[in-house]
Amino acid sequence: MDRPIRVLVAKPGLDGHDRGAKVVARALRDAGMEVIYTGLRQTPEQIVNAAIQEDVDCIAVSILSGAHSTLFPKISKLLAAQDASDILFVGGGVIPDDDIPFLKENGCSEIFTPGTPTTVTIDYIKANIKR
Amino acid sequence: MFDKEKMDQVNEGLDKFNEKTKSMLEKRPERNSVFYSGSGDEIKGLYTPADVEEFDYSDIGFPGQFPYTRGVQPNMYRGRLWTMRMYAGFATAEESNKRYKYLVEQGSGGLSVAFDLPTQIGYDSDHELSEGEVGKVGVAIDSLADMEILFDGIPLDKVSTSMTINAPASVLLAMYIAVAEKQGVSSEKLRGTIQNDILKEYIARGTYIFPTEPSMRLITDIFEFCSKDVPQWNTISISGYHIREAGSTAAQEVGFTLADGIAYVEAAVKTGLDVDTFAPRLSFFFNAHNDLLEEVSKYRAARTLWAQIMKERFGAKNPKSMALKFHTQTGGSTLTAQQPENNIVRVAIQTLAAVLGGTQSLHTNSKDEALALPTEDSVRVALRTQQVVAYESGVTNTVDPLAGSYFIEAKTKEIMDKAMEYITKIDDLGGAPKAIDNGYIQQEIMDAAYYYQKEVETGERIVVGMNKFQIEEEAPKDLLRVDPSVGEMQKQNLVDLRAKRDNAVVDAKLAALRTACEGTTNVMPVILEAVKAYATLGEICGVMREVFGEYQQSVNL
Repeated sequence: MDRPIRVLVAKPGLDGHDRGAKVVARALRDAGMEVIYTGLRQTPEQIVNAAIQEDVDCIAVSILSGAHSTLFPKISKLLAAQDASDILFVGGGVIPDDDIPFLKENGCSEIFTPGTPTTVTIDYIKANIKR
Repeated sequence: MFDKEKMDQVNEGLDKFNEKTKSMLEKRPERNSVFYSGSGDEIKGLYTPADVEEFDYSDIGFPGQFPYTRGVQPNMYRGRLWTMRMYAGFATAEESNKRYKYLVEQGSGGLSVAFDLPTQIGYDSDHELSEGEVGKVGVAIDSLADMEILFDGIPLDKVSTSMTINAPASVLLAMYIAVAEKQGVSSEKLRGTIQNDILKEYIARGTYIFPTEPSMRLITDIFEFCSKDVPQWNTISISGYHIREAGSTAAQEVGFTLADGIAYVEAAVKTGLDVDTFAPRLSFFFNAHNDLLEEVSKYRAARTLWAQIMKERFGAKNPKSMALKFHTQTGGSTLTAQQPENNIVRVAIQTLAAVLGGTQSLHTNSKDEALALPTEDSVRVALRTQQVVAYESGVTNTVDPLAGSYFIEAKTKEIMDKAMEYITKIDDLGGAPKAIDNGYIQQEIMDAAYYYQKEVETGERIVVGMNKFQIEEEAPKDLLRVDPSVGEMQKQNLVDLRAKRDNAVVDAKLAALRTACEGTTNVMPVILEAVKAYATLGEICGVMREVFGEYQQSVNL
């Protein structure tokens, strides 16, 4: 691999809980990845545009407000519309198990729930980026 | 506290003790080479009078007296128990109103309103950024009409109400005053709290709207307005809770929170308010984590430091200005999604910490909060946990029962010293708002959070059920779900409201608000007028956004 894996860590919606996003971002960086963190209150459009502009291999979004079933499918749709579905899309946060099948059917590759070690996320991204 | 002869004896005894245990430890080493507190501070195996040699009883004094180390009331829970205040709110005002009535029936002594994120960020339910968020983490309030339903049948002269609202606190407080007026309750009789702590929103919680300067002005306007019109209202709840949730240590929680407190007092004094007119209505909000003794020491340290700061730095004369009153919530970030029943035990320990630390009110988290919003059943267990501690544990029978413990007093002093170091550093940086703008405080918290995560992942720190003692588990059942139609209902209500109200009056009130925001007069009276005309939260905050602009977050990892 010539260049390091590039990841956009994003906070969609209005949720301000960014401890998880920042901890994961730092862990990915320490694992040798290049990480861009969007900060709070990003719309799906902003996230997808940033991902394309930054030419990332993976989008990792974190949400704890319960708006995941609205916002995650939107991100997948926008990625498809921009012909960017090759970007790996993963999510994390307070997401009930029952919601995970729906999110996966709608374009999110994997969901990491509370208590997931950062190493699991790192390994998943390494194994699943498409290049 | 100890005379020289006694101290010599102690030190002599300690030397012998250490000598004796040394050979034992060589044969049977301890479980760890070093032991750490929950916040990562080294803890010795034994504390003796040698650790509190400088300690003088007058340093902590009597409860209800300066510096309030032992508590803010002379008899604490012998007089009145803490207020069992359960934070609740979801979906529509009708749904939340039902939950409040249930909680009051179950013995909850005060209400605590959770608002959804659009409300907290000053957007109406039909704003594009509100999509998917309406009614999710709290109740959706778009206008006075929703607030009237929220408190329907709840006598506002009888209950005290805490509202977790910050950037638009002025608007929600105005709505509360307007609802009370309709009930025939005058604002002088209202008791409760608005969180109104914008600095920790920039630091840790994220529901800011306006830049620092206009935000501080809104806060001082509220201080001034309430000192005259709502004299029993706690005008701010200066919050360490979210700082700790974001990953800080106990000492950082105290240091950063008190630094924020200093900034608010300075801002109010700068506008010409006399410190003793508003300081008695300042309140605080702390976290309760699992390290029981460290947490108890933390609350004692916070009270002592604040009393000193108010007296010495701000020249407060009224003892009420020096007494740090606080609400506690058990630590959400300590809960695990794995084996959620274990969370009940964690919450019980944290409840003990808050009570032994002298809290004035307490919210206990429910076991399922790492998974979703709590169900009614799990909320009841959380409330019962407080009631068991209150009525069965016996810790309420005497004031500050851990005082005088060598360890507790040494730890209290240590947290005070560490917190003071942070306060001094923040003073050097030009005060809390500057230390937030340049990212210093966020960076310190982030470092601690990352360190904690590493410890959990390497297994140096054990979280029962999560990184040790795991079991195969089935997906949890019966989680609370917010009806997804809430968003549509709120939108329809807004359409109806805009058709029904007198829009010419609304426009006039919003124009008056714009003028007030552009000038320097207190904005509270005009907000109250706008609210009464059924201007929406989004319209009111929209005008303020246009005049004040929006805060830009400093993003660093």
